[in-house]
Amino acid sequence: MTAADSLARSIPAAGPVPVFTREEERSAYREMLLIRRFEEKAGQLYGMGFIGGFCHLYIGQEAVVVGLQMAAIPGDQVITTYRDHGHMLACGMSASGVMAELTGRRGGLSKGKGGSMHMFSKEKHFYGGHGIVGASVPLGAGLAFANKYRGNNNLCWCYFGDGAANQGQVYETFNMAELWKLPIVFVIENNRYAMGTSIERASSTTNLSARGSSFDIPGEQVDGMDVRAVKAAGDRVAKWAREGNGPFILEMLTYRYRGHSMSDPAKYRSKEEVQAMREQHDPIEQVKARMINANIATEEELKVMDKEVREIVNRAAEFAQNDPEPDSSELTTDILL
Amino acid sequence: MPTHILMPALSPTMEEGKLAKWFIREGDTVTSGSVIAEIETDKATMEVEAVDEGLIHQILVLAGTENVKVNTPIAVLLKDGEGAAAVTHPQPAPTRKAGAALVSSPAQPVGTFEVAAVALPPVAAADMQLPAGTEMVQTTMREALRDAMAEEMRRDGDVFLMGEEVGQYQGAYKISQGLLDEFGPKRVIDTPITEQGFAGIGVGAAMSGLKPIVEFMTWNFAMQAIDQIINSAAKTLYMSGGQMGSPIVFRGPNGAAARVGAQHSQCFSAWYAHCPGLKVVAPANPADAKGLMKSAIRDPNPVLVLENELLYGIAGLVPKIDDWLVPIGKAKVVREGRHVTLVSFSRALLYALEAAERLAEDGIEAEVIDLRSLRPLDIETVLASVRKTNRIVTVEEAWPVCSVGSEICAQVAIHAFDYLDAPPAKVTGVDVPMPYAANLEKLALPNAGHVVAAAKAVLYA
Ligand SMILES: Cc1ncc(C[n+]2csc(CCOP(=O)(O)OP(=O)(O)O)c2C)c(N)n1
Ligand SMILES: [Mg+2]
Repeated sequence: MTAADSLARSIPAAGPVPVFTREEERSAYREMLLIRRFEEKAGQLYGMGFIGGFCHLYIGQEAVVVGLQMAAIPGDQVITTYRDHGHMLACGMSASGVMAELTGRRGGLSKGKGGSMHMFSKEKHFYGGHGIVGASVPLGAGLAFANKYRGNNNLCWCYFGDGAANQGQVYETFNMAELWKLPIVFVIENNRYAMGTSIERASSTTNLSARGSSFDIPGEQVDGMDVRAVKAAGDRVAKWAREGNGPFILEMLTYRYRGHSMSDPAKYRSKEEVQAMREQHDPIEQVKARMINANIATEEELKVMDKEVREIVNRAAEFAQNDPEPDSSELTTDILL
Repeated sequence: MPTHILMPALSPTMEEGKLAKWFIREGDTVTSGSVIAEIETDKATMEVEAVDEGLIHQILVLAGTENVKVNTPIAVLLKDGEGAAAVTHPQPAPTRKAGAALVSSPAQPVGTFEVAAVALPPVAAADMQLPAGTEMVQTTMREALRDAMAEEMRRDGDVFLMGEEVGQYQGAYKISQGLLDEFGPKRVIDTPITEQGFAGIGVGAAMSGLKPIVEFMTWNFAMQAIDQIINSAAKTLYMSGGQMGSPIVFRGPNGAAARVGAQHSQCFSAWYAHCPGLKVVAPANPADAKGLMKSAIRDPNPVLVLENELLYGIAGLVPKIDDWLVPIGKAKVVREGRHVTLVSFSRALLYALEAAERLAEDGIEAEVIDLRSLRPLDIETVLASVRKTNRIVTVEEAWPVCSVGSEICAQVAIHAFDYLDAPPAKVTGVDVPMPYAANLEKLALPNAGHVVAAAKAVLYA
């Protein structure tokens, strides 16, 4: 297929940033705030020794998953990397279940056996939580394959990082996904760094939305800090993928405020860079300012919302600290049926 | 209730640190996420963010204070509407809750770890005749590995290091600290996260005669690259009828780390020890790490160095001579004994040594062998010991099926059957993926108690 042909497939064009309804603004705000507060609490519990090993926080990137979940329909699958707490909350998995998994307790979503990087929910169609960089990409295509095989109307939202976008298996997957027209949206969360390596130092081309071009997969860069832009892009490409046109790549331009994992001092970037992102592009502050300016919510109402969210998070933290560890018999369960 | 802001931990094993700086003053208001302080350990500096919003009522620990214990209150925060009257005196810091961080080393790839000093066996004189009066220098495993690479890079311009975060970040586990500064970006090369690609590029460069050291951030990620390691590196010399080989070193941490779950905690010893064309070493102390690494770099074959993250912080004596080389393929008797042979390698050796200590209290003299090399395997040293003790226990963290211990038991049964007074015994990890929960993780791994029990079982004691 030539470039002209693929244009003929009427690839959805990026439009102006749409206006959110009152309800959309409020719910996006609340969802993002829940993720932010949850992650802050997780960071705190890590500092207190309740959470061990690796713990990758999603702070700064909240608009990506929240906006795309607004474009998802029931039954759509989500799969992502180890930076997964936000995705799970946005998929409707319980804050207590996620937090208790972080502390390795029996009430955790994987009974305490998976940990921060490895959580799943069949009920919410969330397929992990994967610790190996790049692995979520072919797995996501497999979920999309199953949708096509069954002939349902669902698609897979397959998330991975800018660093993961260089893994070989990503390109093997791109080829098959397009060849077989699989209903999948590849969401590249470009937060500019893979651990301590900036995208410029690791990628020969930095427009990751164009990474599908040799396979004829269309792509688009999106302001991943603006939840409205994210949702609008999600709506457009979901329609495309559900209509049988095959995969689409959404490169979400976003930023992580914290270090790669809890113990990364993040010396590879300047304080000013982080500060500028926070001050000028914060996904939550943007919605907040809009809501106040447009009289969608008063400061008072926002305070109430904030309080509710904090209560959910505090309850989750409380549960995660007091729930018992898994029974020792669990060591040898769930390994072959 | 006023909130106490507590001294946070940078890693699961941090116990105390320096409160380097405050970015706020009493009377300032803070919001969630604002950076309020900076704390330091000897390995890293981190910023502390406020979790709650409110007014900083009081700073309890002054900037510059050293040795502030984790979880000590460092400031008092008043939330919306709270008066200063509510402030109570800070309680002493709660100690870390049971269940958290059971293993004495962190899992974070930054190098913020402290590990308890472990009694290490003396350096075997058998390896290399050290000139009389050779100075012995206390060195960590981390430094020993780095020094070995640096010395070989100075000695041979064809040696270079390649891998994720090895340069600017100084190594995810800080093994390549300082190497970029000394050797520059031509020889210390940061790669994208593309293991199969850069492992293959390394093998290709080696086929043309360069001597790459390829670091895998951990061996878990080398599974992406195992095809190039085995199908290309291991087999080329044979397939080319001896014309060209791969003088390459693949290295990185292997085995169980702490609380990182199933995909980041696995021992690959048996996987690679299985393959002809490879050499595989797994040092357990700094002297062996340095000597084996140097030998690996000079070896004309592909050599895999299975390091261990939880050993990086331990220190031991390393001889200060120009060319400290430990031969590949030679095990070492690290403790002599008559009653039972304990064979181990890498971190599990520490369990064997601790068990030997405990067995000695019961009058049982265990002989402890550190394999050091897994391929070639120095089975002669093991057999000689078994012919003396007539009993053997193998000790490793890996899964039990087709493990290095399995191979040793098989060889002993084949070659020393008549000397055995009891069936060989194996101590291994449990045959499941590594669980995350602290209690289950502990149960999944072997310990000295298991070794003592196994030794007593083969002694019918
Ligand atoms: C195959 C593999 N190699 C290396 C790692 C170690 N590692 C974990 S996360 C990471 C950086 C990934 O960066 P990116 O894809 O940009 O995602 P982000 O962390 O920014 O969300 C690395 C190198 C891994 N988990 N898997
Ligand atoms: Mg990234």
